[in-house]
Amino acid sequence: MVEATQTEAPTLIGKSGDSMREAFGHALVELAGEREDLVVLDADIAGGTGVHNFRDACPERFFQFGIAEQNMMAVAGGMASMGLRPVVTTFAVFCLRAVEQARLSIAYSKRKVLIAASHPGLDVGPDGGSAQCFEDMAAYRAIPGMTVLSPADPVEMRLATRAAIAHDGPVYMRTGRSPVRRLFDETHQFAIGRGTQLRDGTDVTLVACGVEVARALDAAELLAADGVSARVVNMPSIEPVDHELLAACARETRAFVTAEDHSVRGGLGSAVAESLATHLPRPIQFVGMRDEFGTSAEPDELAAHYGIDAHGIAAAARLALTR
Amino acid sequence: MSATTTETHELATRARRLQLAAIYHAGSGHPGGSLSCTDLLVWLWQNAYREAVPNDAAGGEQFILSKGHAAPALYAVGAEFGLMTRDEALTLRKLGSPCQGHPHVVDLPWTGASTGSLGQGFSVGVGKALAMKHRKLAGFVTVILGDGELQEGECWEAAMSAAHHKLGNLIAVVDYNKLQSDDWNSAICGLEPLTDKWRSFGWRVLEVDGHDYDELDRVFAEARDGCSPAPTCIIAHTHKGQGVSFMEDSPLWHGSVCLTEEQLRDSLRDLGTPDDEINSWLEGSAPRG
Repeated sequence: MVEATQTEAPTLIGKSGDSMREAFGHALVELAGEREDLVVLDADIAGGTGVHNFRDACPERFFQFGIAEQNMMAVAGGMASMGLRPVVTTFAVFCLRAVEQARLSIAYSKRKVLIAASHPGLDVGPDGGSAQCFEDMAAYRAIPGMTVLSPADPVEMRLATRAAIAHDGPVYMRTGRSPVRRLFDETHQFAIGRGTQLRDGTDVTLVACGVEVARALDAAELLAADGVSARVVNMPSIEPVDHELLAACARETRAFVTAEDHSVRGGLGSAVAESLATHLPRPIQFVGMRDEFGTSAEPDELAAHYGIDAHGIAAAARLALTR
Repeated sequence: MSATTTETHELATRARRLQLAAIYHAGSGHPGGSLSCTDLLVWLWQNAYREAVPNDAAGGEQFILSKGHAAPALYAVGAEFGLMTRDEALTLRKLGSPCQGHPHVVDLPWTGASTGSLGQGFSVGVGKALAMKHRKLAGFVTVILGDGELQEGECWEAAMSAAHHKLGNLIAVVDYNKLQSDDWNSAICGLEPLTDKWRSFGWRVLEVDGHDYDELDRVFAEARDGCSPAPTCIIAHTHKGQGVSFMEDSPLWHGSVCLTEEQLRDSLRDLGTPDDEINSWLEGSAPRG
């Protein structure tokens, strides 16, 4: 008798490595030990969003809804009305599908729910244009009372998850599938409505969120080689944005670049532009997706293709300084 | 008809007069679908919610009007049961009023959910029932759905998830008046076979004449017997515009309409309203008593 060959289980894409979704999943497990009201809702992609960690640790507090995000989003509002603290998890593009449920049954109803979106922007790379979501922050930021977060690395993700669960209102937060560069150590601080300066500079300020923060730091290096002094600001809180920090940067530098893995309409760029226009106007160049959908390729390849990599940010900074 | 049933009928008639007057003074509102579910609301408040106002976050009975456009009926019944004054119910759709065109739970916590975008109230009800089961809290979650509302895909997502999670504490009542905004359901996007649909989604299904209080006693007793691990759907056969002859079974009275003075007068007469009371309603103040 010939023995069947046991092949190894397939490896989920992006599962290995230091990703924000893994940090998010672990943060939820940590929080589960601290508060009994925490529950997690999933639409059949726990392995993709990182909440398989929570499912394995607290199966009785993990609720499965199948591939039905609109229902799941409004169900979370109902669960919140009965003393639970729900965390809704799915991909960014499906959060977009359920934006009206988030609007009526969560935000308008003043329910404290954390909506966590993995696979935002180009993060989902090879899956192509249909899966790449560049409109989520714009849509969620337009909802009254909705906080919008996009942390930059696993350390910040853990802190942001804790802050979002402690927050007295609904929160939309981007996580991410791909392994990312560590930017912070355990002394890092996070607060909703606050950004942090990661590098000082006197000519131009680069404001970034999510995966674009690491690219902005690289862009600052490129600019330094050309004799341009670029300040880098990490702005994980898109709504509300850190007006004080932006005003300080406007006083101390001549121009701005915003960088996000999102449309240039309605997200970080718009939030920064609205803030500066109101407080202390400065020239701004916007780095992000411009009136177009994505396509299949690896995320870094796509970032270069669409000009939202370090070179794109550096070029925008040079342009901003000519204005 | 028992004395209790007569009393219930009188209550429902008063609630109908109040909701029509409110719609008249608002200058807009949905009379047809409000009148069709008024008896269902009155039954619930008269029986299930007699002991305590629904929608306490700590548990007990929970209620959601998922077909939020029937808000005038909900406010009127709420007023008849002392949750607000009748004069407050007459502020429907006015600036500063808690009685918005569709229920808002932040303004009126006893409404249980902000509704008006069809399908969502049902999902919120599933969330409440699931949370109550998880927290081992007693009580039923009752959600009133419109028939046209069932065309929203979210309703079937909610129905599937409620059966999957074995929410025996959830009751969905379909106000089956067979009419929706523009026409009969069957002309817009047919719902039949409706009982089969719910059964195939794993629900226990009961049918009732939604205007017959003795029948409602029977069907709600069964729905609330606590014996079913599956959620229960009550298909309540109703008439759009019930109680006002010229509105009954006519799609013209579904939409947000502006009632004329003559139409309010005629509809109040149809509801057996004495002349002095009619004048009071027309002036915008609720008759005493």
